[in-house]
Amino acid sequence: MSSVLFFIAAIGAVAGAIGVITLENPFYSVLALVGHLISLAALFLLLRAEFVAAAQVVVYAGAVMVLYTFVVSYVGGSAAPGRGDPLGRPPGATLTLAAWACGGALVIELFIAVLGSGLKGISGHGAAYSPNFGSPQSIGDLLLTRFLAPFEIASYLLLIAAVGAVVLARRRGGVDEDDGTGVPVITAMDVFRPRPPGTGTMAEGVGGRAYMAEASGQAQHLAEPQASGQAQHAAGPPATEPVHAGAKEPGA
Amino acid sequence: MSIEWYLAVSALIFAIGAGGVLIRRNPLVILLCLELMLNAANLALIGFSRMWGNGDGQIFALIVMVVAACEVTVGLGVIVAMHRLKLPMDVDDIRELQG
Repeated sequence: MSSVLFFIAAIGAVAGAIGVITLENPFYSVLALVGHLISLAALFLLLRAEFVAAAQVVVYAGAVMVLYTFVVSYVGGSAAPGRGDPLGRPPGATLTLAAWACGGALVIELFIAVLGSGLKGISGHGAAYSPNFGSPQSIGDLLLTRFLAPFEIASYLLLIAAVGAVVLARRRGGVDEDDGTGVPVITAMDVFRPRPPGTGTMAEGVGGRAYMAEASGQAQHLAEPQASGQAQHAAGPPATEPVHAGAKEPGA
Repeated sequence: MSIEWYLAVSALIFAIGAGGVLIRRNPLVILLCLELMLNAANLALIGFSRMWGNGDGQIFALIVMVVAACEVTVGLGVIVAMHRLKLPMDVDDIRELQG
């Protein structure tokens, strides 16, 4: 029974992996990877790793793959078909062939390394294990006693990755869009100066529409000094522009 | 099934992932192939954990999953930024760091 399950899961995992690299559309590649991950979770179950199998299905096949699906839908399918197809169109036919050869050589090398190693342990069914081997209890016990430092470091790594992803993928510009006046300079006074409504300040987020209405009323009240400030701001660039143009011309 | 069968499957999946990184040119698919390789390593780790009857390999596999999730987050952030800048979705065309 367990060998039948093993072969079903192994064939599913390998077929999913082949699907990931051969399917033309990235969306189908992601779906193939989901199938691959679920088959792999079945293999983990056969190896008595219940908690890791559950985490694999919930975290990997669930959350991470949803993230992939969203990004593939956002970015769109294959924008440049033909270049990257495994069938090998003219631009990189030789290179694609070489890549297949490298992959085949890697398979042979890994099989020799793993199966030709002559180790006696890997041909057995494994050592005897305690009944709660691989259970959430034993995993949690290990994580909070012996592997406490890796556990904490992994949590910091997740935090850093989350912040980094937000910084990488955020939308640049916005209200302070570059209007040809150069890089916007932020001074300490900007913290105390009232910002124009609709710029997503913390107070707006808390106060909602009521704060917006109040702020826009205030903005009309403050229209006079702001207008003069804007006029000064607008008067700046024409004064500097000719200087820039004059400085550039000799170089050109 | 003996452990060597699991190791054989793991080696095959790793080679498929490595070959995919070499063959495909779409950064999204290359990230998926990285996932394949990490999962192959996970399968080997859990196989060895079963071989010794020891839970350490499973902890290692869990940490590998955390690292994979981080890599996916940052990689997808880079891909979204590339899409915003209207860069081509082809790793052969993105070679600014190569000089």
